[in-house]
Amino acid sequence: MNRLSWFNAVSLTLGFAFLYIPMVILIIFSFNESKLVTVWAGFSTKWYGELVQNEAFLDAAWVTLRVAVFSSTLATILGTAAAYVLVRGGRFFGRTLFSGMIYAPLVMPEVITGLSLLLLFIGIGLDRGILTIVLAHTTFSMCFVSVVVSSRLVTFDQSLEEAALDLGCSPAQAFRLVTLPIIAPAVISGWLLAFTLSLDDLVIASFTSGPSATTLPIKIFSAVRLGVSPEINALSTLMIAVVTVGVITASLVTKRAMMRQRQEEMAAARTE
Amino acid sequence: MRRAVLIAIPYVWLLALFLVPFLIVLKISLSDTALAIPPYTPTLDLSAGWAGIREFFGQLDLENFVWLTEDDLYWKAYLSSVKIALISTLLTLLVGYPIAYAMARAPEEWRPTLMMLVILPFWTSFLIRVYAWMGILSNEGYLNQLLLWTGIISTPLTILNTNTAVYIGIVYTYLPFMILPIYSALERMDGSLIEAAEDLGCSRLQAFWLITIPLSRPGIIAGCFLVMIPVIGEFVIPSLLGGSGTLMIGKVLWEEFFSNRDWPVASAVAVILLLILVIPIVLFQRNQQKQAEADQ
Amino acid sequence: MNSTVFAPWDDPQAKPLIQFRNVSKRFGAFTAIDNLSLDIYEREFFALLGPSGCGKTTMMRMLAGFETPTEGHILLSGQDIDPIPPNKRAVNMMFQSYALFPHLSIWENIAFGLRRDRMPKAELEARVEEMLRLTRLEQFARRKPHQISGGQRQRVALARSLAKAPKLLLLDEPLGALDKKLRQDTQFELMDIQEKTGTTFVIVTHDQEEAMTVASRVAVMDQGKLMQVATPDRIYETPNSVYVADFIGDVNIIEGRATAQGDESYRIDWAEGQPPLTASSPTSLSNGQGCHLAIRPEKVTISAERPAEAINAIQGKVHDIAYLGNLSTYHVELANGTIIKAQTANTRRISRRSFTWEDPVWLSWTATAAVLLEN
Repeated sequence: MNRLSWFNAVSLTLGFAFLYIPMVILIIFSFNESKLVTVWAGFSTKWYGELVQNEAFLDAAWVTLRVAVFSSTLATILGTAAAYVLVRGGRFFGRTLFSGMIYAPLVMPEVITGLSLLLLFIGIGLDRGILTIVLAHTTFSMCFVSVVVSSRLVTFDQSLEEAALDLGCSPAQAFRLVTLPIIAPAVISGWLLAFTLSLDDLVIASFTSGPSATTLPIKIFSAVRLGVSPEINALSTLMIAVVTVGVITASLVTKRAMMRQRQEEMAAARTE
Repeated sequence: MRRAVLIAIPYVWLLALFLVPFLIVLKISLSDTALAIPPYTPTLDLSAGWAGIREFFGQLDLENFVWLTEDDLYWKAYLSSVKIALISTLLTLLVGYPIAYAMARAPEEWRPTLMMLVILPFWTSFLIRVYAWMGILSNEGYLNQLLLWTGIISTPLTILNTNTAVYIGIVYTYLPFMILPIYSALERMDGSLIEAAEDLGCSRLQAFWLITIPLSRPGIIAGCFLVMIPVIGEFVIPSLLGGSGTLMIGKVLWEEFFSNRDWPVASAVAVILLLILVIPIVLFQRNQQKQAEADQ
Repeated sequence: MNSTVFAPWDDPQAKPLIQFRNVSKRFGAFTAIDNLSLDIYEREFFALLGPSGCGKTTMMRMLAGFETPTEGHILLSGQDIDPIPPNKRAVNMMFQSYALFPHLSIWENIAFGLRRDRMPKAELEARVEEMLRLTRLEQFARRKPHQISGGQRQRVALARSLAKAPKLLLLDEPLGALDKKLRQDTQFELMDIQEKTGTTFVIVTHDQEEAMTVASRVAVMDQGKLMQVATPDRIYETPNSVYVADFIGDVNIIEGRATAQGDESYRIDWAEGQPPLTASSPTSLSNGQGCHLAIRPEKVTISAERPAEAINAIQGKVHDIAYLGNLSTYHVELANGTIIKAQTANTRRISRRSFTWEDPVWLSWTATAAVLLEN
């Protein structure tokens, strides 16, 4: 079963072609000279030049980035706390409601989340801007963080924490010195997930943003509603490049760490 | 004491920013539209004391919900959302299963790379992935250019702004959600089960049908729900790839709110949408629970 | 030889059920099976024994049809089975992991193979019930595999593979997942079932005790080759190589040089300052040829005084005693540092043991006790 049968080879090839060809086309035509995106007129990087001079896009990008950093950091703290409470909190009043509120936003249609938050902000008279988007993004992405972190906490060996307490740690110290370093990879991937969700979100941001703060997805959406444009292609290419580099680096780093650990374990086994 | 604080912070956050907003939606869905700020009545006037509260509840009614049943736009939109979600889930399954199967049968050292290739698009912007298809599917788009050039067609096909484009967009963007659970179910499967089936007289195809499919069923179910649930409320795909004939409830809600500024009706649409979603969500939850129990 | 003894391998008229004819199997550069020939007869309980990676599992997978020989042929009842796919072979396999279908009940698991043959319903039900009775699983028929114990799963796997009444049943480490006590009971049960059904069994195992217990013949394998194929007693009593002697049971190996001293009798010089040893052997060795003596610990006698009539006697002192309850193994250190193991049955109470640590003792054995092996 070591080699692929022709059927499996064909499905993998077609599958990945389907997943990647649209993005490849997008990237290629971002270097197109012509304003008409569907006709190739020679290589050019002029759309990238226009993009960096487009103030509106740059402003939106800056807003998006700030929102993403704030909301993902907040979401990571709240989500980790929520995961800890869910896995280790034992019984407390309203536990079912709590876990329900953690899981419900995961399946809640974005239009509903966005609408309900907007109605809340209007109801309490909060002006819509960066703050409201941060609050909205934090709320739904903390649930994703808490799912990622709690799946790691479930498999965490509780005797490690007990050993720390036995050796004289307070519960807070045990968490900081033992639990947190061990669940750190899950917390980091939770943060990355929250960050990407925030960068990516159009619907909730559209409801909760005001005229003072427009995010990049909102900007892109209003531009592409009018049709395909080479400038958006260039912007998309940049975003794809950043994500690709990020994901590949992250996977290489974890792979190297894993390989080093395996090598060290093998070396240790030899010294026995 | 510390424990209480630790529980309280995320708890209060979710109460304030998840549960309360939802109750507000519920309340507004029972209110009436008004030309005012905020554009609905009644508003709760606490300064009037008990009388104010009693008056407030007295004015709430199911008028908006009645309206939803009277105007056939809404129930048609619900129905068509569910239909589009069901069809596109089936299509995603048909496209995703062979990919997941081939990944699980690929040499072990390839699998992490294949996994990454499936997950990578998930990290790239959803909006951009939908946008990418606009250039492909339009009348002058790359697909039509290719088909005209090869001589398969003589006049361009109209795909963009039709339901076909919506289906393509959904399959494309939600494919990872289908592939991953099926892949993990297939990968966990003991290869000797297939050998045992063949040893007992099955052909390859029979072994696939009698063993592989039933054992990957939890993955299939999880994948289908993961695609279907968000697709029912999908907004971006129908509004970019769909046409005027594409009726989806997410889009209706958006327009009701932003274009018509009818907050009570928008809220009522949201409440009904949630009620529709409760069924698949509960079924999904049950499937996951059963799976977790079987794993133990 | 008594005619009632089951020994078709000694009968030149007997037709083997399975023949390996110069079979080789290579995976890339790795040779798993190296030009191997072997006959297995009908109704045999045949064990393939060897360490992991010796090729025994590859042999079994070639019989089942999951691998095909790179060279050579495998014949079943005289017919070349290489082109026949696994699902068309009258051979069934019991998998090491049992490979029970988790989504089917015990009953459906056993019926699975019969359904593939489109067996009529009444007949199928009768056959499944028969299998359930044979393996004492009647009350578990409706359960799923995860609802029964490991030992019961093992029996389901056996019942499922026997249901189609194969000409040949392959068992891949069938008792590997069971604990020791259960394994011993199950070994006898397996032999019972094999006898009742009259099916030819080929078992793969790395557990020499298991192979010795259940098998009519044992093939000891190493690195894709057969080292020795014989009945368990012959493998134990007359191993043909140091490898086999060492793999089966406990053994003392003494290296030396042989000098003929009469008919089938040899003198072995083996260490400076130690008296030469005497051993008899039907194989002829030339004078001065290097050889190994293999002596089982239970054939070495331990005594305080040198036994007067002993042909082989050497002196040492007790270095270690391993008390196993029914037996004690003494590790005796000779003057040159060599350790020889001697085993005695503990027929007396331990408080009255004759030897203790550091006691000087004599070890002795007869001329036929040791097996003389050529280098």
